[in-house]
Amino acid sequence: MNTAAASAAGAAPPALERSEGVWHAAWRRFKTDRVGLVSALIVVGFLVLILASWLGLVAKSWQDEVGVANAPPTFLGPRPAEAIGTIEVPKGPNVDLSAIDPLAPRYKEWDERAAQYKTVERPKAETLPLGGDRLGRDVLAKAIKGTEISVFVGIFAAIVATCIGTILGAFSGFFGGKVGDFLEWLYNVFEAIPGILLIFAFAAVFGRGILTVVLILGLTGWTGLYRQVRAEFMKHGGREYVRSAEAIGASAWSRMFKHILPNVSHVILVRMSLLVVGFIKSEVILSYLGLGVGVEDVSWGTMLAEAQSELILGYWWQLAAATLFMAIFVTAFSLLADAVRDALDPKLRGLE
Amino acid sequence: MAAYLLRRLWQMVPTLLGVVLLVFFLFKFFGGDPAEILGGLNATPEQIAAIRQQLGLDQSVWVQLGIYLKSIVTFDWGKSWATNEAVSNLFRTRLPATLTVMLPILIVEVLIAIPIAMWVAYRRGSFADRTIMIISTVALSISFLVYIIVGQYLFGFQLGWFPVQGWSDSTWTNLTTYVPLPLMLAVMVALAPYTRLYRTFFLDELGHDYVRTARAKGMTEGAVMFRHVLRNAMIPILTNVGLALPSVFVGSFLIEVFFSIPGLGREVLLAVNRSDYPVIQAVAVYLAMLTMLINLTVDLLFKLVDPRVQLK
Repeated sequence: MNTAAASAAGAAPPALERSEGVWHAAWRRFKTDRVGLVSALIVVGFLVLILASWLGLVAKSWQDEVGVANAPPTFLGPRPAEAIGTIEVPKGPNVDLSAIDPLAPRYKEWDERAAQYKTVERPKAETLPLGGDRLGRDVLAKAIKGTEISVFVGIFAAIVATCIGTILGAFSGFFGGKVGDFLEWLYNVFEAIPGILLIFAFAAVFGRGILTVVLILGLTGWTGLYRQVRAEFMKHGGREYVRSAEAIGASAWSRMFKHILPNVSHVILVRMSLLVVGFIKSEVILSYLGLGVGVEDVSWGTMLAEAQSELILGYWWQLAAATLFMAIFVTAFSLLADAVRDALDPKLRGLE
Repeated sequence: MAAYLLRRLWQMVPTLLGVVLLVFFLFKFFGGDPAEILGGLNATPEQIAAIRQQLGLDQSVWVQLGIYLKSIVTFDWGKSWATNEAVSNLFRTRLPATLTVMLPILIVEVLIAIPIAMWVAYRRGSFADRTIMIISTVALSISFLVYIIVGQYLFGFQLGWFPVQGWSDSTWTNLTTYVPLPLMLAVMVALAPYTRLYRTFFLDELGHDYVRTARAKGMTEGAVMFRHVLRNAMIPILTNVGLALPSVFVGSFLIEVFFSIPGLGREVLLAVNRSDYPVIQAVAVYLAMLTMLINLTVDLLFKLVDPRVQLK
């Protein structure tokens, strides 16, 4: 992950006596991983695209109906006119009726008035780079905007879940006792209900929308991370450096988040990158089922929902675009997550 | 054994209570007013007040919680708000369809994934291993939706091998006519993650000393793999199947929706779309119960098949 890379590069220890830090060592290992580097490049490329789309530089007007309905991709060429059903519009009466038409004297006046209000009808493109959807919207623009929404949901839901899981896991692992028992109970409760059912129950009461989906996925998806953070905090809680910190009067808060947290942050990062992939997939399914982002937004899931009925009619391009964008991003991100895990925890290399 | 069973059942009580509280307060505080949902848009304030009284919504939260707990214990959830069907009836009528499609899927998945995973683990690091791992990574990153959409279009609509969707009253017709297509697609999708997971189990076993001993004794590779490694790897594999069992009961929402199979998953989804709270609450609570019971059963079965397992 590039943040890991950046912080690793920034935190390079200059002092000779200091042993190599976990981030520095990870970066050294990561640099030799070609698959990881290529995936990192692809992911960064996508993130730049998403940033550009968020800033409105690209795909800002994805809702504009720029092409004819279901315009084919450019490389296929335009459809023949009769297939689209375009018929020449007849131009006015061809018999002069002005002698008997009582409204005839006013036609000129009306035409002038109409001319003032006349809107310019933009010519609709016959073909679009990646085709058009049912309304003639550009599929490429939709795919870019959809990428922005889907990845945004995935990353922010992962951040929410990571915050919840880390804080609860830290308290549970560090304090143990009553606090630990209570949090373990909470964990068991969330684990007892099958995951997708829990998501649906939350979706039923919270409704739809981008931020709602982030919240739903974050609130239901923290359990695995909680468990791991708890185990790490239990392990580290009794170590010498933590006890030394206690001896010099460091508060519990400081020991948890200043001393232990940096030492387990790589575990959290690996877990979080796995969550992103899972949440992106969940968002796609939720949006497909109409429980995800609202109708005014586009995501990979809503694109797939539209694509299903289009495919029967032979318009495959929206399906292809959404699938391609998703496959490339998610593959690159998964490989990157694997590479980061291998770099941070060499013991696990090749096992999964 | 009996003491263990009793203790485990006793330990379930607080968790189950937690599930009930979670579901209750989730719907209580965030779910909107049931009376208004039930009454619809044209309900007069008097009608809403009447519904509220009927449901006990005018009582305090604790009384409501009591009513709720009673409905769980007596298995009487009243009726679905949307269809007026008794909620208890829902389980009885929807579960068979879900099981008809989900059980074959689980069995076929596991039976196909085991040999592939064993082979891949045996040839670890080889070209075949890496190719399969890369293919499974890419296959995993495509949404399940795409597989169903394309599969239904290709095999059902274009080639006409299977009916696109449908369901009948006879289990045999369902199994032979309507299940094959969803089964094929679901297995295709699940094969990659299952293979990856089982591969790690086999790799784990291959690293043990007994494998080296068996080889040193001069056993053939086949005997080592099947008689020793496979047997030992079956423990984590079966644990995993046990963990996957609860989801068999929920069913795959997507499969049931796409293939219009009248199962529990589709029913829950319909309930979510209709804000049909009694159905969602009942399914969540009972499936949580079922999940815990299945996990307990799996633990007990392990004790039976493997005497080394210590019950704590």
